[in-house]
Amino acid sequence: MWDSDALSLASAPSEQRSGVRQRREVRHSRAGGNPVSNVLGSRLRGNDGSTQVVHVTNHQAFGKSDDGLGNYCRLNPNNSYLLVKRGNTGKRNGARKHQTVSITGRLPALLIGSAWVISCRRVQRKAIPVEMLDDIVKEFLVESYENLDQLDRDLMALEDRPDDRDRLSSIFRTIHTIKGTSGFLAFPKLEHITHVGENLLVLLRDGALRLNAEITSALLAMVDAVRSILSNIEGVGGEGEEAYEDLVTRLERLKNGESASAPSVEIEVEQVVRELSAEVSAAVEAGSKPKKAAKGGRKKKAAGEPLTEAISAFAETLAATSPTQETSAEVCEIRPPQGAAAPAQKAEKADKNQDSGDGGDRAGSVTDSSVRIDVHLLDKLMNLVGELVLARNQILQYSQNIEDAAMVAASQRLNLITTELQEGVMKTRMQPIRNAWSKLPRVVRDLSISCGKQIQVKMDGAETELDKTILEAIKDPLTHIVRNSVDHGIEPPQVRVQNGKPAEGTLWLRAYHEGGQVNIEIADDGGGINVNRVREKAIEKGMVSAEQAAAMSDREAIQLILLPGFSTAPKVTNVSGRGVGMDVVKTNVEKIGGTLDIHSTMGQGTTLRIKIPLTLAIVPALVVTCDNDRYCIPQVSLLELVRLEGDRASHDIELMHSVPVYRLRGQLLPLVYLDEELGLRHRRTQEERQSADIVNIVVLSAEDRQFGLVVDHINDTQEIVVKPLGQHIKGIATYAGSTIMGDGTVSLILDVIGIAQQSHVLSQHGTRSLIDSSEGRNEQSRVGDSWLIVDPQDGTRAAIQLSTVARLEEVRTDAIEKTGRQQVVQYRGQIMPLVSLNDFGQVEPNEHGSISLVVYNDGTRNVGVAVGRIVDIVSQSDSQFEKSEGDTRIIAGRVTRVVNLAQVAMNA
Amino acid sequence: MQTNSYCTFRVGSIYLGVEVHRVQEVIRAQKMTRIPGSQEVVRGLMNLRGQIVTALDMRRRLNLGSAEGSEPLMNVVVRTPDGPVSLLVNEIGDVLVVDGDQFEPPPETLQGIHRELISGSYKLDGRLLLVLNLDVAIRLAA
Repeated sequence: MWDSDALSLASAPSEQRSGVRQRREVRHSRAGGNPVSNVLGSRLRGNDGSTQVVHVTNHQAFGKSDDGLGNYCRLNPNNSYLLVKRGNTGKRNGARKHQTVSITGRLPALLIGSAWVISCRRVQRKAIPVEMLDDIVKEFLVESYENLDQLDRDLMALEDRPDDRDRLSSIFRTIHTIKGTSGFLAFPKLEHITHVGENLLVLLRDGALRLNAEITSALLAMVDAVRSILSNIEGVGGEGEEAYEDLVTRLERLKNGESASAPSVEIEVEQVVRELSAEVSAAVEAGSKPKKAAKGGRKKKAAGEPLTEAISAFAETLAATSPTQETSAEVCEIRPPQGAAAPAQKAEKADKNQDSGDGGDRAGSVTDSSVRIDVHLLDKLMNLVGELVLARNQILQYSQNIEDAAMVAASQRLNLITTELQEGVMKTRMQPIRNAWSKLPRVVRDLSISCGKQIQVKMDGAETELDKTILEAIKDPLTHIVRNSVDHGIEPPQVRVQNGKPAEGTLWLRAYHEGGQVNIEIADDGGGINVNRVREKAIEKGMVSAEQAAAMSDREAIQLILLPGFSTAPKVTNVSGRGVGMDVVKTNVEKIGGTLDIHSTMGQGTTLRIKIPLTLAIVPALVVTCDNDRYCIPQVSLLELVRLEGDRASHDIELMHSVPVYRLRGQLLPLVYLDEELGLRHRRTQEERQSADIVNIVVLSAEDRQFGLVVDHINDTQEIVVKPLGQHIKGIATYAGSTIMGDGTVSLILDVIGIAQQSHVLSQHGTRSLIDSSEGRNEQSRVGDSWLIVDPQDGTRAAIQLSTVARLEEVRTDAIEKTGRQQVVQYRGQIMPLVSLNDFGQVEPNEHGSISLVVYNDGTRNVGVAVGRIVDIVSQSDSQFEKSEGDTRIIAGRVTRVVNLAQVAMNA
Repeated sequence: MQTNSYCTFRVGSIYLGVEVHRVQEVIRAQKMTRIPGSQEVVRGLMNLRGQIVTALDMRRRLNLGSAEGSEPLMNVVVRTPDGPVSLLVNEIGDVLVVDGDQFEPPPETLQGIHRELISGSYKLDGRLLLVLNLDVAIRLAA
């Protein structure tokens, strides 16, 4: 089915390929109405006798761009690329979707689509249709941007270890690739700049020059220039006006060794200059016409010493005329450097790798095993998996009422596979946080130089993975926080030395997983936040009254800097101090369901901690019922559940004026009735409130506050797929989205913050106006001193410190499985081992056939501790314990064993 | 002669039509999740094969009141730039092919909300087919 006639012009003699740059245009012709199919993986033969296998992911119609469908092929003879643009035949939502497939292989690499045979014709450069070029350029841009980010990182790393040849080679290759492609795509400026940079890099790689701060700065400036040209290309389609002559001059000078750090080269060149040409020395003496001397050299404009300028120009003349000269870039490129033959060979090998089209500059193994995928495709997959999760939930629900064992088994299998698939697809969207961090060392470096500070950046946990959307969302806040730390946090070297600290400040970036969330910490060892100044500023700006400020604890006062318009910087710099910033950071973090926390110790430094969820698409939620409808509450906001029965239901709800409150461990919790808030019924009267038999309170946290949401029933927890709200209901503050439940009905997801605002738990405008001091303090004291009292059902009582408990769960006994002798349950897609608190070591179910678990997380895994029955939570500080003896204490009048969860978990 | 196809339906006593290419599908009454706090016109959310679709009560949209037992139940799911929206109507009619020259814009005496919602009518034998201005109908004042 391969039309060899149509291919007659397809192949070019291989020697021509490497020489003249030429372009071909791919044309198609109908294969006589005879559909050509099944070219996937076919062995194609060109007329030069070479054969090769072409793999195409989809064999839709290929053709020229004017076939009305937007399909075409493109051969790139320079590095044997075949780019295929495929347009969907149908229009969807008005927009045509295109996809680019890159195929690598030796020429001639031609494709047959299902109905087209493609032939090649050699055409002039100008004949490339604009839209075709666009596609290649787009590919080039994407690749180059990635490479530039890598380049920034590499250059920074190189500054610490200037002799790292592997890294130098990698940098060299990156620049080389950009240069090559920009030449091919006819971007002369880009080509020129990268060429000059490449020449400098050759010297560095071969050890003729040693990297210093000056060279690094110049190279970084080059990277910036490349980046800005690229963004010009992306934006307006051209390279832009700027000529970058200064930069070129700077790079060339450095290449010629004209810098304080390499005087020997300078002297050498100077000698050569003196000896060789009377004309040149005349020019040097006159200092006015250095250009004359630089016949073969490049044009120079930058202001500078005429002498050095002449020298550099002359050195270049020399380089151009005598290929054996030491400074000639060309020679260095060819000759293997002494004592560094192995890395050079490696570099060459890698160069070849790159030429064959893998496009990466990392180790071969990584590039070989990875594929670049369109994010839209991933998003679509993610959506589909979401649908699958919903369908799975539905089937599971139905299969519970079915006796058929095979059906039940099949649905269980479906359940497992779906969970695994969900995890797998989630993983494809996961990216290491390094991607968001990579720019920061550069930011710190530039900023610290302009502030006259010395700062090193240390990263910890750069491998920690996050959903791509979340990663994008935290990039800006992170940059802002880091800038703040550098500008306000870390002191100038003199001050640091005076305070007995090392002159060089340190900025730590840390990331780690904890309880289904990602923690990101940005810490510095700077001066810390002056809490009193924060108080003064806040009073001065009228944000709080003097009394309020005085009543605040230091920890609360620090949170004031998160208010809009706040800045303690004595003067406004171009970096920070304008008073916009931290509130924006906080808003952005909260937008993606995260929280922001600041700790600071005067004189020792500041730590900012961001907690964000791993992903946004599928979230665990609590399902509640209100007036016969089910609603979902994201578990991020959930603190605990309280159920009041009988007498307690009528007595424990008190009224503060007309507002219902509940005393939760001595702290007043404002109550919000969901049905009233949703307008499903009128406000309850006092009698109605106190005549309820059962009250279910969902304790929620909204920003800094807690409140209790009263619902009719608490159903279950469930993984839900968040779907956005349609335009007609977007405006309602009480809902964050919708989802489809297991039985196929639609449920609304409650917006906790929206409800808090609507019910005035949070003030509606200027949401974070004030931090309620009493509440914050209670919260602080509560966590450490609360004890979970459990009955292990072996006649004893045990107490577990509440702060060590990750979650409380109830599992059905039939969900317990075994691996060897170990009892395990599936928990949030992981296998969680179970241990028992009682002496028998076996987990005994309660009368409902289920087991109460205390989930402990040691940072890497969850362990379920079966505790028999959960009795109560008591608040008691250490000093209040009536009597303490070893790990046995008297709590609430009973002898109670204090259990250390970490120790118990080690048995699992 | 230009002809147009309309998907026709009845809301209360009004005989309406929507251009057939805007209609995704017509389905029976679905289980609906109400949305407390939303506008009256918004009847709720339904699950259309995994897609969540908002349902608008056309009777209320046209200010026809809601007499007992006359709740519209049939769903005409229409395509909009923001995804499908369901129009709840009383009864589904045929797909009619009508001549373009039978069209007439609404008379000046048609006032109020109906003037915005109805872009004109086709003179059929014995009755009028009112053309619903879909883009206006699905847009609710905030």
